[in-house]
Amino acid sequence: MKHDIILAGVGGQGILTIAYLLDYAAIARGLRFKQAEVHGMAQRGGAVYSHMRISDQPIHSDLIPEGHADMILSVEPLEVQRYLEYLRPGGAVVSNNEPVKNISDYPDVGQVNQALLALPRAILVDAAGIAQAAKLPKAQNMVMVGAATPFLPFEWREFEPIVNRLFGAKGEHVVQANMAVLEAGWRVGAFAKGLLDAGVTSNLASRFLARVEPVSLEPVMAGQFAAVLTTAKAQAFLDATGERVAGDADLLKALSA
Amino acid sequence: MAERELLLGDEAVALGAIHSGISGAYGYPGTPSTELFEYIEGVAQQEGIHAVWSANEKVAYEEALGMSFAGKRAIISMKHVGLNVAADAFVNSGVTGVNGGLVLCVADDPGMHSSQNEQDSRFYAKFALVPCLEPADQQEAYDMSREAFELSERTKLPVVLRLVTRLAHSRSGVDTGDRRPKNQLNPPADTFNFTLLPTNARVMYDRLTRKQPELEADSNNSRWNPLVDGADRSRGILVNGIAWNYLAEVFGGAVPHPVLRVGQYPAPFGKIRSMLELVDELVVIEEGYPFLEEMIRGVAGVAGKRIRGKLDGTVPRCGEMTPTIVARSLGLAVAQGLAPTLETIPNRPPTLCPGCAHGDAFLVIRQALAAFGDVKMFSDIGCYTLGFYAPFNAIHSCVDMGASISMAAGAAHAGQHPCVAAIGDSTFGHSGMTGLMTAIRENVPFTVVILDNGTVAMTGTQKTMCTGDDLVKIVLGLGLDPEHLKIIEPHRARAAEQAAIISAEIDYRGTSVIIARRPCVQLKRKGA
Ligand SMILES: Cc1ncc(C[n+]2csc(CCOP(=O)(O)OP(=O)(O)O)c2C)c(N)n1
Ligand code: SF4
Repeated sequence: MKHDIILAGVGGQGILTIAYLLDYAAIARGLRFKQAEVHGMAQRGGAVYSHMRISDQPIHSDLIPEGHADMILSVEPLEVQRYLEYLRPGGAVVSNNEPVKNISDYPDVGQVNQALLALPRAILVDAAGIAQAAKLPKAQNMVMVGAATPFLPFEWREFEPIVNRLFGAKGEHVVQANMAVLEAGWRVGAFAKGLLDAGVTSNLASRFLARVEPVSLEPVMAGQFAAVLTTAKAQAFLDATGERVAGDADLLKALSA
Repeated sequence: MAERELLLGDEAVALGAIHSGISGAYGYPGTPSTELFEYIEGVAQQEGIHAVWSANEKVAYEEALGMSFAGKRAIISMKHVGLNVAADAFVNSGVTGVNGGLVLCVADDPGMHSSQNEQDSRFYAKFALVPCLEPADQQEAYDMSREAFELSERTKLPVVLRLVTRLAHSRSGVDTGDRRPKNQLNPPADTFNFTLLPTNARVMYDRLTRKQPELEADSNNSRWNPLVDGADRSRGILVNGIAWNYLAEVFGGAVPHPVLRVGQYPAPFGKIRSMLELVDELVVIEEGYPFLEEMIRGVAGVAGKRIRGKLDGTVPRCGEMTPTIVARSLGLAVAQGLAPTLETIPNRPPTLCPGCAHGDAFLVIRQALAAFGDVKMFSDIGCYTLGFYAPFNAIHSCVDMGASISMAAGAAHAGQHPCVAAIGDSTFGHSGMTGLMTAIRENVPFTVVILDNGTVAMTGTQKTMCTGDDLVKIVLGLGLDPEHLKIIEPHRARAAEQAAIISAEIDYRGTSVIIARRPCVQLKRKGA
């Protein structure tokens, strides 16, 4: 078993916190890992990344060879593009959808997202929305860890002791609130993975996720939803705007009827 | 008792030093070495270790040498270019030798992630005729750190431990060992070796050169320099440090060719000769300069052997190694990743933080200089170097710490006017003061702007030495005419008024200093 992950983002977004959670989850499982970080100059708002390797076998290189990464986990959608040469065919992209526009030539956001969803196995996560809904606007990285978990050898609950180590001093309620955000991220990631595994395109999966309440999603139902997403009813639902709805059995029924 | 710790390469060296019974840690911040000192600093009080940042690398090295003189162990950490600053002390300490164990951990930056060059510190170790260890992973970093102290006390020489960015800043699990007790205070009765008058120095240098065969024998027998034969002798491969990891990676752990890994120097010539007996073609893959390759190749090459590497273009000469580059250099198949799906991917260079005082200072300075035409401003190394980029486009040089002042003075000697230098407070304390003192003696007509943000910001807001009133006293103490010292708190809202102050000083045909004083926003965030 091996998982090679490129963590990407912009200096100051705290990708090292994500790395911390994944490192300790790997340690708790008795897995080996190596994690090459970027410190220094680039941390001042520049493009930052980390190569993270988890395996049950000895790991030789701290850097992932090109074409070998199993996942790009990015907290910024444009940054994904910088590291695609590392992603193996069939590898997944899990990205936050919120742009960091600290450069004057930032491309059109719609174009950035579309380019990302043109990839065969990509998920755009509304981390800001999920974090804000939980009144923890700074917890976007927790959402991203949750969303990435279905692609990793971990259960989302395994992060609790690590989240406790990070926030325990601030009280149990802070730990639980962060775990709730992480779980919501997991629901989105796991559901999306279910859709992609069932052959749904990244674009369609993302359009569906944009219409439903993250916390309402039951990942085991993803396969059933995948089967109805191309119906005319589903198209109308996806084209509609307005409030998100519960992505539950009722919706499934409504879309398949 | 063995414990497993989760450590950066830097931290593994630090912990190895703590477990070796150091009494002092010395250094000046610099990526990628900073976390080494900071790890020790974090436990210094409970461990009874002296750990206070020094004004620069030379000071750090000399303090550590003093601790070694007094019989105790010390580690010094710095980035590669820091060793240029400490080189005088370092090279001479090879001649004096040491008393308590002395280890210099120097972190090179192949690929220049955060540096002006990618110089290779192995040349310095060779130059000073002292041993050098070079780990491939975090575990070796810990183990070699311990071994370096033993080697230092056994050979009575300082020992260099060379890290590179990818190890210094990569994290992994490390098994740790027992602690050694610290050394007792034990200054030498005989101080002949520490007094390098020519009469003594000749004797000591002779002793140093006589130690070399023993050091080379050490290298040939070192477990860090394993020569492993392989079934496919169509070529042999020589690697140093972390280049081994990439080689192992591309062959899935089982390299079919004879391989010589080098992790201890002086170069193990015996092992290299043995390798050349096995193969007709040797590929040298080095993380760093073609240090071993040049030695092996010499001027005339090796009769009957093909030596390949950075010098013949088999391996790229510049930049850092990666597994992909190693695979390509060996002509192996390279996996294809995905292609970008966006036509153009704009660069995202680092930028000043929102609300950074340097931004406003540049605005003010640019406004002051506008009246004088297209003025090029000398500058230095720190966050403010980012003033090179748009929208500031404010600085036009960045060479080595302190160079802004001395270069501006030199340009003024040549008749250029205006000559302006912009330098950070920590850089000023590191190497700017001497340049300013020199200029003040002659009243060189130029203006120095000291950007006092109260911290060493670039490397993570370490404590600075020259800030606030202390900085004012230092500048005046260097002999500056108090009439021509102006202090502003740079603000874009007050740009016109502040630019006028600077313009007036530029018009003055003598040495003037502007202190632009406003704290770094990251410092405020830390609540310091
Ligand atoms: C000889 C040497 N030592 C260390 C460094 C690393 N380094 C670059 S900038 C800097 C500190 C700059 O501090 P300061 O001048 O106060 O500027 P600030 O970053 O706070 O704006 C350091 C330590 C270096 N480049 N060269
Ligand atoms: S860390 Fe401080 S000095 Fe550096 S860019 Fe940010 S605010 Fe400016």
